[in-house]
Amino acid sequence: MLLQRFLIRLLTMAITLFGVAVVVFVVIRVAPGDPIAMMLPPGATDADIARLRALYGLDKTIVQQFFIWLSGVVRGDFGTSISLRQDVLGLVFNRLPATLELAIVALLMAVAIGGTAAILGARERGTAVEAGIDIASGTALSIPDFLWGLVLILLFGVLVPVFDISGRVSPQLDLPFVTQFYLFESVLRLRFDLTWDLLKHMLMPAVALALPLAAIIAQLLKQSLKEVLDLDYVVLARVKGFSETQVILREALKNAALPTLTLVGVQFTFLIGGTVIVERLFSYEGLGNMAIDAVINRDLPLIQGIVLVFALLFVLINLTVDMMYALLNPRLRHG
Amino acid sequence: MDEARMIRRGLGPRLWLAGGWLLLALLAAIFAPLVAPQDPLAQDLMLERLPPFWMSGAEPGYWLGTDSLGRDLLSRLIFGGRIAFVVAFAAAFAACLVGSTLGLIAGYFGGWADRIISRIVDIWMAFPPVLFAILLVAVLGTGLSSVIIAIAVIDWTRFCRVIRAETMGQSRMDYVENARIAGYGRIGIMLREVLPNVVPSIVALLSLEMGIAVIVEAILSFVNLSISTDDPTWGGIIAEGRLSIHQAWWVLVFPLITLILTVLSFSQFGEALRARFDPVLR
Repeated sequence: MLLQRFLIRLLTMAITLFGVAVVVFVVIRVAPGDPIAMMLPPGATDADIARLRALYGLDKTIVQQFFIWLSGVVRGDFGTSISLRQDVLGLVFNRLPATLELAIVALLMAVAIGGTAAILGARERGTAVEAGIDIASGTALSIPDFLWGLVLILLFGVLVPVFDISGRVSPQLDLPFVTQFYLFESVLRLRFDLTWDLLKHMLMPAVALALPLAAIIAQLLKQSLKEVLDLDYVVLARVKGFSETQVILREALKNAALPTLTLVGVQFTFLIGGTVIVERLFSYEGLGNMAIDAVINRDLPLIQGIVLVFALLFVLINLTVDMMYALLNPRLRHG
Repeated sequence: MDEARMIRRGLGPRLWLAGGWLLLALLAAIFAPLVAPQDPLAQDLMLERLPPFWMSGAEPGYWLGTDSLGRDLLSRLIFGGRIAFVVAFAAAFAACLVGSTLGLIAGYFGGWADRIISRIVDIWMAFPPVLFAILLVAVLGTGLSSVIIAIAVIDWTRFCRVIRAETMGQSRMDYVENARIAGYGRIGIMLREVLPNVVPSIVALLSLEMGIAVIVEAILSFVNLSISTDDPTWGGIIAEGRLSIHQAWWVLVFPLITLILTVLSFSQFGEALRARFDPVLR
């Protein structure tokens, strides 16, 4: 049952990724403007242009180009970036860790803020505290990450300059890292001075990304908690003499968390999508920032590679959430 | 809840504030040449980075100050509103038309139509939307119509997902079955019986989508990929403000406030409409 569900999901995942590859390939190829012409110095001859076109495979038909590219992708060869003249996969893997760290820090913050607000709101249900949480989460949800980023830049970059609003790490620092997972590695190496510097850079973009998701978690989890709190077994726990906070944390939370979990999965992909513009806003050297440069430079192989990696990330997250849901939901587990 | 209380709740102060702001901004945009105090494109290096009216060093007639080229900020915001509202209305209606049609077809007919449309929605959802928008505008070339097309191409899925689910729910209702027994055709039932019942959701989504379109336009002009660089846009002003943030904070603050008020108003409007029409809440 579970295995069957998993295999079906794997198949639809492959179809989705193939679809993404087709769409991005077609969209890029209908682009007016010749990427080769941008690479060559003025005065290049037609023969030079033809030679380069052949080198990048641009002299073949769209269908031929697609299958040449796809067969490369399957073997792990995403081609060579036109603007940076490096292997696309290498470039992507160089930047992906920065984006993943930012997204995960933002997710953890969203869960912490949203979860706390939900538990507090459920405990204080029907009071001014709950009303305040409703208004705060409604506002946080209505304002997108791009605008939150700008608000944070003004507040904590200009008005009270306590956090860095540009880059991933202070440029003067000597970095001993061998991987691109700077934050993770700084903790492993016990270099907490570097951890602090990285966090100071990461905090503002992460909060901008986290706020809308925190609001969704606060609203949905609070709703589920309030429903569960009226059920018999929770009333029983209360009769046994547990405090309201204990009742929520020990009894209600694990049964109320399931709908939130599913939603967080979908919303996490939106959060990752948001890194594209938030990284740009904070000059954070991640995948999204590189993607915007790639589009502006019409770097076709790089755009294709980045979009496909984002799509892969999205479908993997959805698959993980779906499997977790199936494992945690007793009705599906024993079904 | 009785109808009178419902209406009072639906048209609370928040809705009036939201509607008031949108009306004000819309009128200012429509009559921009009449209400803007200055020419939004006029540069004057003698007037660069003037602060807003309450600060020392302000010049009369430049209420919100000027940017680094001496252009009047208020006039640029008013003219920027023209592009914002055109994009909001055109892109939201285009996305709505495509998304609602496909959602209605997928939800009502089910089967293969549903499977194909749902698969396309899945593929679309696997794209990072901002990157997709930037890519489309880069491909289509900068310009007003490219921005509108890009937003519609990306955001039709919002309408499709909701309308598909609602249509599925409606299709199982008795009145649809009765209409079928009464001998109406499938397309006739879909358009005459099901569609009117999902219109409230469409209207609410439309309002939300207008706010989203305003943001996407701002993001595109922020990365310099929206309209020609000469015309003032809210995102373009924000990009300038981000650069001169330490010398002239007002160039970032005022467009930011304008954007936040506009987005909040559109979403408040959408939510009030949803509450007004939602049969469960009613």
